[in-house]
Amino acid sequence: MFNQQTFKDHSREKHIFNNRILLAGAIIILLLIVLVVRLYYLQIDQHQHFTTLSQNNRLGIKPIPPTRGLIFDRKGTLLADNLPTYTLEIIPEQVENLDQTLKNLSQLIQIRDKDIKNFHRLLKEKRHFEGVPLRFRLNDDEVAKISVNRHNLPGVEIQARLMRSYPLGESTAHVLGYVGRINKKELQKIDNANYKGTNHIGKLGIERTYEKYLHGKVGYQEVETNVRGRTLRVIKQIPPSPGKNLYLTIDIALQQTAMQAFGNEKGALVAIDPNTGQVLSLVSMPTFDPNLFVNGINYDNYNHLNNSPDRPLFNRALLGRYPPGSTVKPFYALAGLELGEITTEETVYCPGWFSISGYSHKYRDWKKWGHGHTSLAKSIIESCDVYYYRLAQRLGIDRMHKFMTGFGFGLLTNIDLIGERRSLMPSREWKRKTMQQSWYPGETLIAGIGQGYMLVTPIQLASSTATLANKGVRLQSHILYATQTQDNENLILLKQKALQKTPVHLEYWRKVIKAMEDVVHSARGTARRIGKDIQYHIAGKTGTAQVFGIGQEAEYKEKETPKHLRDHALFIAFAPADNPHIAVAVIVENGGHGGSIAAPIAGKVIKQYLKDNSINE
Amino acid sequence: MNKRYSRLPSKPMMYHYQPFKRLHIDWILLFGLLCLTSLGFIVLYSASDQNSHLLVRQIIRLVIAFGIMLAIAQISPDKLKRWSIWIYTIGLIMLILVLLFGTIGKGAQRWLNLGFFRFQPSEIMKVAVPMMVAAYLSKHSLPPNLKQLFISLLIIIVPTLLIAKQPDLGTALLTAVAGIFVLLLSGVSWRLIIGLTSSVIAFIPIAWTYLLHDYQRQRVLTLLNPESDPLHTGYHIIQSKIAIGSGGFTGKGWLEGTQSHLQFLPERSTDFIFAVYAEEFGLMGAVLLLLIYLFIILRGLYIATQGQESYSRLLAGSLILTFFIYIFINIGMVNGILPVVGVPLPLISYGGTSMVTLMATFGMVMSIYTHRKLLAN
Repeated sequence: MFNQQTFKDHSREKHIFNNRILLAGAIIILLLIVLVVRLYYLQIDQHQHFTTLSQNNRLGIKPIPPTRGLIFDRKGTLLADNLPTYTLEIIPEQVENLDQTLKNLSQLIQIRDKDIKNFHRLLKEKRHFEGVPLRFRLNDDEVAKISVNRHNLPGVEIQARLMRSYPLGESTAHVLGYVGRINKKELQKIDNANYKGTNHIGKLGIERTYEKYLHGKVGYQEVETNVRGRTLRVIKQIPPSPGKNLYLTIDIALQQTAMQAFGNEKGALVAIDPNTGQVLSLVSMPTFDPNLFVNGINYDNYNHLNNSPDRPLFNRALLGRYPPGSTVKPFYALAGLELGEITTEETVYCPGWFSISGYSHKYRDWKKWGHGHTSLAKSIIESCDVYYYRLAQRLGIDRMHKFMTGFGFGLLTNIDLIGERRSLMPSREWKRKTMQQSWYPGETLIAGIGQGYMLVTPIQLASSTATLANKGVRLQSHILYATQTQDNENLILLKQKALQKTPVHLEYWRKVIKAMEDVVHSARGTARRIGKDIQYHIAGKTGTAQVFGIGQEAEYKEKETPKHLRDHALFIAFAPADNPHIAVAVIVENGGHGGSIAAPIAGKVIKQYLKDNSINE
Repeated sequence: MNKRYSRLPSKPMMYHYQPFKRLHIDWILLFGLLCLTSLGFIVLYSASDQNSHLLVRQIIRLVIAFGIMLAIAQISPDKLKRWSIWIYTIGLIMLILVLLFGTIGKGAQRWLNLGFFRFQPSEIMKVAVPMMVAAYLSKHSLPPNLKQLFISLLIIIVPTLLIAKQPDLGTALLTAVAGIFVLLLSGVSWRLIIGLTSSVIAFIPIAWTYLLHDYQRQRVLTLLNPESDPLHTGYHIIQSKIAIGSGGFTGKGWLEGTQSHLQFLPERSTDFIFAVYAEEFGLMGAVLLLLIYLFIILRGLYIATQGQESYSRLLAGSLILTFFIYIFINIGMVNGILPVVGVPLPLISYGGTSMVTLMATFGMVMSIYTHRKLLAN
């Protein structure tokens, strides 16, 4: 019975299926007839019309790449320009024998193997009718040689193109970055249509961050060509819209002053206007010439830059992470006051070392014999470590972490430059997550003098210093000042953005800032050498960061230590102290003491800026 | 000869020994496919500006694809049926992975990079969805009831949405279509079909506003009025129509197509290869190509009706109908009667992925025909 049932179903299923297949077959034939009718319409009925079109129609579409936006500093000095250069291009479609053509060309002008390799790579990525660049930057002589022989070289064209150039080269390398030829990976990410005819793209720095502003929009030409594909007549043109001009917050004269102040030292300096968050200067030393990269840097040059022990390609201002050392002390002082763990009056006796009760380990002060009775002001002016060991022990790492985060420690500044590294403000949770270990009390003490796990980047330290100068209001740091479209001269200014405010009693600000002024202006201050000959006050704090640990009883002797193991010198400052217009963070790698090496650099920058902008009181 | 076959007769044989039968090849279908692919190479050689490297690459791909077809033809429909759910599940997982980790090419996230090679899981889904629906439906007696219908629709919709999200609207629709064909063939009543179709039509305005990407909307709009955008998509259609129309009845001759060679007929070795062909071989050639396609389709449909189990019938039927849809969409698009959706012309266009998938489906069709057990006779 059951079997019969399924058998019956089976034949019914088959019956339905066959009917449906028949129907499908009929529809298919019908639709194929629709296609044939359409083809008949196009190929027989409208044949004459389309033949006429096809004969008259030697229409082609040629992209017109947009002009890249220019980049200026805040005062209108040109930092990135477009210079006309001649490029040798080959249109593969029009070349009969590519190898022969390349051979002929190499007899006329110099073509290196690398050019040919690069050409073949680009060849694969472009359409047959698009020009593929073979040589960039032809000189007049080479242009003449090609032009004379042009009748022998079908498909070879000389294009006048605009090429990016950085007139101030090294001074701007770490801010602007550079453009370079579009590579395969980038090709997949960009809007291909909008990059037709464009060979370059921002690779680093502002050039990359603001690629979308700088690039513009591609235009098209509808052209009539001859049989070989050469343009005879332009029929219609949609002009490209050029990229926007950018004005940066950087003051290039100040930038150059800072670079000179570094001399041969390595390190970084970032200066920020605390009232706006504008980055006035961003220096990473040593630097390099970005013009080398525009058309593909050659192997020797790249090797030289890349393998140099001084790492000129490394942007220390954004990527360098250093222990902040004593520069964190004013911040902790504020934390201690606001959280009630210290007062402005009480003193702490400093014997030159500190230990946690129950442990024998001695946490040493930089001054072997100690600072004696130390008040808050003295702890900043003379940079007493013991005072901050004790303070850190009282605050505990959790409260330290919370307070410091308010000033941007451990956070990204999210500055508009690509590739910033995050600084590090340790906490229990961080250690548990990254090291699967619990927090030790000793680590709190070490963090209290800005050593141990704690790391800052120069840009973050500068931003935190600006926040300090701004009495706790943290503003977004940025480098883009304004944009300008080519057809409208007016500048569109960037709005400033407040991120966070750390509330601290006004009296505490005064005390801490006064102590920071005394770092520069009092007889015992660690940065007293820069405080002379100025009418206004600079508030500052020196710092020295250990590069390698020294044994418990050993002694650090600067003169005897090899240069690359010497301490990093740090200095943070803002001025004028009562109405800050500039906040600076300086790090000199292996520079020794903050007061002797880093502070003078900051001093020069501050004095120059305040003089140029006639801010002195 | 004897030595080679000496191992075989130990197995009891159900029907009498035919050496070629063991290869599980349907020679008639194979003949059609060979005609088609040979014609394809002739066109591709011209469309690629006589680029023999490209041609060799395509031939190598085809040999691989034929190999895969042969291999799949050896798998019996019973096994295919049992594997359906696994292939479908793995395909689904890979679609999710592609959304999470896929590499982006040309604005869409379609590729899964396995280190040594990259592939598109959506291609697997084009076959896995009809397999899964057929396997599900054939477990029950046909035609499916309402509950089975909705489960089948769910099987179809989930991968479709995942593919549409990549975003790859063309493949998403084709995947859905393959599944829906299974449903139509299973004998769902016409009333239900009409009801569902009208609700889908009602859904179009919603899809238009929320599901389509800008570029997809642009494509549909350009189709309705190609002159509105003569620089991009419209330019493709205009140029392609000029190429086809100027071909006339006999065509301009092989390698002689002026429009395709001198002008900027875009994508001429891939999506728009039909325009090159129609320009050079005219209406005659175009009809010949359509007849070869029809031959393959009719043979395929015949095989579908010969399937012994509903799974085999539904799968073969839907795969062949999907094959036709590719042809119709591509030629319709190049002729300017359908939107430019980026579907290649089956087994003619340059490119490997779709070719492998198609040959795999023909492998299944062959398996269905050659694995029949001759019980009745």
